[in-house]
Amino acid sequence: MNRVSVALCVLIVVGGAFLLAALNLGTAPGSPFHVPPYVVSLVGKYLCYAILALAVDLVWGFAGILSLGHAAFFALGGYAMGMYLMRQIGTRGVYANPVLPDFMVFLNWKALPWYWHGFDNPMFASLMVVLVPGVLALLFGWLAFRSRVSGVYLSIITQALTYALLLAFFRNDMGFGGNNGLTDFKEMFSFPLQAEATRDGLLIASAIALAVSLLAAYGIVTSRFGKVLIAVRDAESRTRFIGYRPEQYKLWVWVVSAIMAGIGGALYVPQVGIINPSEFSPANSIEAVIWVAVGGRGTLIGAVLGAVLVSAGKTWLTGALPEVWLFALGALFIFVTLFLPTGILGVLRRRTRAPVSVPAPEPAE
Amino acid sequence: MKFVLGLLVFLAVFAATPAPAQDDPFVGLASENFDDVSAAIAALALSGNPQAAPTINALQNDALFAAPDGAILIQTDDGFLDARTSQKVADVDQDDLNPVRVNNSVRRAIDAALGSLNLFSASATARAKAAGEVFISHDPAALPALARALAVEKDAAVRSVMEQARAAARLADPTTSEPDMLAAIAVVRARGDLDARNLLASLANQPPAVTAAAAAALAAIDRSEQLWSLAQSVFYGLSLGSVLLLAAAGLAITFGVMGVINMAHGEMVMLGAYTTFVVQQAIPPAMSGWSLPLAVPLAFLVSGAVGIAIERCMIRFLYGRPLETLLATWGLSLVLQQAVRSGFGASNRQVGTPDWMSGAAQWGGLTITWNRLTIIIFAVVVVAALMAALRYTSLGLRMRAVTQNRRMAAAMGIRTPWIDALTFGLGSGVAGIAGVALSQIDNVSPNLGQGYIIDSFMVVVFGGVGNLWGTVVSAFTLGIVNKFLEPFAGAVLGKIFVLVLLILFIQRKPRGLFPLKGRAVES
Repeated sequence: MNRVSVALCVLIVVGGAFLLAALNLGTAPGSPFHVPPYVVSLVGKYLCYAILALAVDLVWGFAGILSLGHAAFFALGGYAMGMYLMRQIGTRGVYANPVLPDFMVFLNWKALPWYWHGFDNPMFASLMVVLVPGVLALLFGWLAFRSRVSGVYLSIITQALTYALLLAFFRNDMGFGGNNGLTDFKEMFSFPLQAEATRDGLLIASAIALAVSLLAAYGIVTSRFGKVLIAVRDAESRTRFIGYRPEQYKLWVWVVSAIMAGIGGALYVPQVGIINPSEFSPANSIEAVIWVAVGGRGTLIGAVLGAVLVSAGKTWLTGALPEVWLFALGALFIFVTLFLPTGILGVLRRRTRAPVSVPAPEPAE
Repeated sequence: MKFVLGLLVFLAVFAATPAPAQDDPFVGLASENFDDVSAAIAALALSGNPQAAPTINALQNDALFAAPDGAILIQTDDGFLDARTSQKVADVDQDDLNPVRVNNSVRRAIDAALGSLNLFSASATARAKAAGEVFISHDPAALPALARALAVEKDAAVRSVMEQARAAARLADPTTSEPDMLAAIAVVRARGDLDARNLLASLANQPPAVTAAAAAALAAIDRSEQLWSLAQSVFYGLSLGSVLLLAAAGLAITFGVMGVINMAHGEMVMLGAYTTFVVQQAIPPAMSGWSLPLAVPLAFLVSGAVGIAIERCMIRFLYGRPLETLLATWGLSLVLQQAVRSGFGASNRQVGTPDWMSGAAQWGGLTITWNRLTIIIFAVVVVAALMAALRYTSLGLRMRAVTQNRRMAAAMGIRTPWIDALTFGLGSGVAGIAGVALSQIDNVSPNLGQGYIIDSFMVVVFGGVGNLWGTVVSAFTLGIVNKFLEPFAGAVLGKIFVLVLLILFIQRKPRGLFPLKGRAVES
């Protein structure tokens, strides 16, 4: 990973998004160059996944924190955005209630719960997209890193966190639409969500968000802060004995990563048109980890690559051979961990150049 | 003496009933007047006449007719019987007969009469059941019948139910004297269940002494009810705890002792459950009671063999890399789930419960279902066997040696790779056994294991890794805490609460309840 390859990746992502958008809007449906709108949404979705993968790589690849609950931050950002989109529906809902979303009318609620107030304001909602995952991560990370919970224990409690949120959001009483989640969105920032131009705009926004995240992550890991992080990853106790406070370094990178995941989720929801509690399921978080493992842990670009490749593979396989998808995903997990510990990027690097700084296997217990 | 008393009551009742039924209750049945019919039914029920039951039953089925000559006839499939004598009556022209008509009040009389008739049934359970029904209806009209039944009742258990019924009926009777009321309240209070509570709560317009006694009885019932529900919560908690213990026991070996993060542990449980299903399909129905005892060793072998295969083909390459192990075994769990889904279908499979495990016992206010009790006992036995195997067998000795100091063990001539595989197989096999038990209380589907994996890890981590006793304590603690939270918070919120408590607990004590002492700086 160097400056050139990151710049190249940013260029490909943003340029590719603009190209797709142009091909979608600028050509007639019959033309061989035409990109159908579903492809635009699909690619937009992959880019959001890539942001999540980047967030996972930031904590796993550079701080050694294997999070099995990162999809929780992704989903929380998504819910914050979903709440804004829900409020934008207004009187066009099935029950035409100007204030209450349909599911609340259906559940016979009389007033908006306090935590729904303010979400009609796009600025407030955007703030919440950042704040909600950030504050949860701050709280969780502060508790966890302060008491030096690390390794597998941390992985398991992050999984418990997302599982608890999954159960909580399934409850109708929580006021987030229960099982069905939030859906049936109409418009965003007063652009109709069904329009092709809006979808192209969302794709470009996702690409820019991914590019900014990538640059930010690159900035972090190459800074002095990043060097300490890598030291924490490779020898936490030694770093502590030298005089650093590993828990603080871990906490900040953890919060930044959670915010990144939240932004990814917020861009994901308008493109897929629904957010429901299944986004919290532990399997989703683990899938995000496998994207990073496939692409190459601790390489940033590898995370983006892995997310896009695996998701594209999933789209293709679940359509063509739905029976085979879980076999393929499971085999991918096993294959990558056993035979490809440095991921695709690691293999490419080994072919072309001298070995780079990919994380060493954790020290034995 | 008893007989004389019974006779007196008998006569008193007869004196109170309306005229037509004075000597022969069958006469009243022919009446056009519904009140007379009702009275006749009541009198018939009390008469002790062996023909009372068939007659009233026939009336209930609209098969009772009055002949012009005053005979009462029961219509059967092959002709008519005389209700008084049960002799067959020949040459009856149905056109001459008047059906005995019923309206709602007559139907009530029929129901009451059948109820009190059962008080004299030959079977003790039927008598107790009838008395129980009187308790619920607490109809004062049943008092005379109860008195007669009590006079001849020999079975102590049935007697006490009848006394409760009499007390209930007396409470509802406005003519009962105050001392009798107080005595009745005492009897009902001693019964102490929800029906008794409702009965006492419905008392109104009573003398102050009676009201006070009823209030005191209500409070006493509420208190004991609370105690029983506490006991019930403990039982449910133990039951949930035993399920958690079974699911986590294998993990306590693979994760706790070996340090391998096996995310496919839940799938080992699932394989055990499917083994049970296959065993039940394979054995003849006559032997269905043996299906579970047969499934236990088979499930152990199946899951254990799969476990050894996993260790040999995958995990041994990943020792010392816990996070990679986690990912690889997660992938394996996806493969196993999909394999079972392809092989057995995605829907739930029906696993039967043997007769000896179905049903429930009532002990005071406590309901104990046999399958839950069996699973509690089974869990304890499995864990005890596991501990004994680790402690007393030569294999267990070698397992402990390898996990404590691998190099030293190898130097002593122990084949450590083989011991690793066997240890992993043992943990997986125990998971398979857990699957047999879980097949009795959970849906046997490809997703069975997924529901337990997070809970199992929580149990092991909470109890302290590497400590089987810690796992036992933590499983039962979590089970009971969960069940105590449920009434206040609801099932889902209670579970969330427990998860959050666990997350906070791990922050406080990252090594669990009973950490193994050591001086390692790194985890």
